[in-house]
Amino acid sequence: MEILSTHDVTKVYGNQTALNAVSIKVPEKSIFGLLGPNGAGKTSLIRIINQITGPDSGEVIFNGEKLNSKHINQIGYLPEERGLYKKMEVGEQALYLARLKGLSKKDATDRLKYWFEKFDIKPWWNKKIEELSKGMAQKVQFIVTVLHEPSLLILDEPFSGFDPINANLIRDEILELKKNGTTIILSTHNMSSVEELCDNIALINRAHKILDGSVKDIKNQFKTNTFEIQFKGNHIGFTNALWSEFELIDINKEDEISKAKVKLLNNKKVNHLLTTILPEVEIVSINEVIPSMNEIFIQKINEFKTNYPNI
Amino acid sequence: MRKILLIIQREYLTRVKKKSFLIMTIIGPLLMAALMIGSIWMSIGIEESQKVLVVDESRMFAQLKNSDRVHFYYTTMKLSEAKEKFHESEYTSLIYIHPKIFEGNAAELFYKKQPGLLAYKYIESTLEERLEQYKLMRLKRMVKSELLDDFYRDIKTSLTIKPINYSEPGKEKKESKEAGYIGFVFAVLIYLFIFMYGVQVMRGVIEEKTSRIIEVIISSVKPFELMMGKIMGIALVGLTQFVLWIILTTGIITIAKQVFFKEKYNIEEVAKGQMSIQMMRELQSEKPQLNQEEISSVIDRINFPYMIGMFLFYFMGGYLLYGALFAAIGSAVDSESDTQQFMLPVTIPLIFAFMVAQSAMQNPQGPVAVWASIIPLTSPIVMMIRIATVPFNELAPQLLLSMVLLVVAFVLATLMAGKIYRTGILMYGKKVNYKELWKWIFFKN
Repeated sequence: MEILSTHDVTKVYGNQTALNAVSIKVPEKSIFGLLGPNGAGKTSLIRIINQITGPDSGEVIFNGEKLNSKHINQIGYLPEERGLYKKMEVGEQALYLARLKGLSKKDATDRLKYWFEKFDIKPWWNKKIEELSKGMAQKVQFIVTVLHEPSLLILDEPFSGFDPINANLIRDEILELKKNGTTIILSTHNMSSVEELCDNIALINRAHKILDGSVKDIKNQFKTNTFEIQFKGNHIGFTNALWSEFELIDINKEDEISKAKVKLLNNKKVNHLLTTILPEVEIVSINEVIPSMNEIFIQKINEFKTNYPNI
Repeated sequence: MRKILLIIQREYLTRVKKKSFLIMTIIGPLLMAALMIGSIWMSIGIEESQKVLVVDESRMFAQLKNSDRVHFYYTTMKLSEAKEKFHESEYTSLIYIHPKIFEGNAAELFYKKQPGLLAYKYIESTLEERLEQYKLMRLKRMVKSELLDDFYRDIKTSLTIKPINYSEPGKEKKESKEAGYIGFVFAVLIYLFIFMYGVQVMRGVIEEKTSRIIEVIISSVKPFELMMGKIMGIALVGLTQFVLWIILTTGIITIAKQVFFKEKYNIEEVAKGQMSIQMMRELQSEKPQLNQEEISSVIDRINFPYMIGMFLFYFMGGYLLYGALFAAIGSAVDSESDTQQFMLPVTIPLIFAFMVAQSAMQNPQGPVAVWASIIPLTSPIVMMIRIATVPFNELAPQLLLSMVLLVVAFVLATLMAGKIYRTGILMYGKKVNYKELWKWIFFKN
């Protein structure tokens, strides 16, 4: 079941197309990575989901209904460009933003107290935002984003500006929110956090969606039947053993142990590889090479560039 | 609706709670009061006791009445002799009365340091009184009638001439400068309010844009709601400030009057002391002073509930119209220093309206005043003068047109500003020109 889906959403600013027939499906209670290079159209899509702007054509379905203004209170949004009123006090400001999302004053106060305790920032309540450091202000902003317990949470680069300890704190919160049933759209350039957190992704490039699916499927799809073998023994014997059925991509030696990357050709199985090299060298380990999201990202973007140079 | 109220509340409270608001609220009336009291104080402060040496060659001015500060001393010296000695003497001034004072009705006052207005007035009126008494006695001797005192009182007349415009037969109208002044005060208030608080709207929008909170907020409310909430909230701040100013200024002046001026000085009278004596005399010779009836007739002619009702209408209408324009400007730029090119077309009509308002006091039915009071960008300021000076039955059709146009203009400006605002607040790092703004107005959402 999807909490949110877009269908052929197109948005044009003047003579620049920001989104070209983009369709995505965000399954409920999962973390969805919205990826793409700078200027690809991610922010445009996020703004449409937040109803900051509307699509020129196409539609957005939220919980089975066409997206409308009553959904605003069910969505939480942490924009990439963070900001709060500098001259306003932390507590007062958090209350205001929470009430704009439809919380009553009492509910907002109670929940804020809970979060301020949880994040250990109670003494900040009466401070002005301009007195806080950037990281501190971001913590406040994160709280404000999740305070009204949205069913869909959109986080644009949530880890930027945090030190490793606080980034970890935020990461744990994200996972806990997911566990409690919140769906999260995560827009980031940090591919390691995508691998760690995301269940599904969509990759957008130059207004087009060029890849989507579950992280697991995509990784499998991008496997190239390549194995990394660590062994002890003679390079020449090893190389000679790999006949036409295998392609040696890379080999090097560190101390006693050699590392080689070998691609299987003609539907050969890994057992073939093993039987072939077994007589020649002593095998230390063998692993399938699984492409990282980073590699997939770069590969897809470059492919797109070569295939559609004019878009 | 609830969200707009929240926005209004925030815009209002954050501004009212600011130290600068408090300071302005206190300093404004203090400055105004200090200005008034200070000038009065100074005019009284320099009012040292006057020792006036009377050189009376007519021999009619003995035993003039002394006051607290003015004492008369008498000499039989000739003027030339007295003048010589005057400089070394302790006398502060010397009044010379010509032997034939009846013919000229004039005397000369020599002074070392110019006497203050009150002393001057006192000397003048004391001599005047004595002169009148002599004239009366002289008449009595001639006609030997005890009734003369009564006759004299009856003859002494102060004539008031009321100007009535009769340029169009059958449509005479009373014109009153005083009414024009009252209208002008209202016009100035509207002008100030639009300027001060319109700019605050603009600053507020720029603040939200540069602090980047805008994106968080418009993911909760519609940009239009945010814009309107801000404009309304700031309008309330302005109203609060004006009300406080009026209360505080009145309060301070009343207290100051009690504390500093227990003496018999009338504050309004003394306030005129800021004008030079020359100006005072000209004013007095030009037009008769307003007596009680005259003042009440001015007040009668101004229908205050109507005037204040109209003031509130044009006050809000004008502010909302300009507030929307200022909000649009704020949304289109990245910082206040970029606002120049867009400010000009907004401030020019305002300044023009102010200039027209000044001339409209003299000629409220002139074509410039009439048109400027109908066209929405200038009407909030200019119409106030005409409301005060032109009778309602005559103004009604133009007034109605002007009001309708102002509402229409406000709605159009708000819609247009809303569109610019909606696009502008999310636009960073782009130098925007008029062509760009024009395109934004027609972007569909």
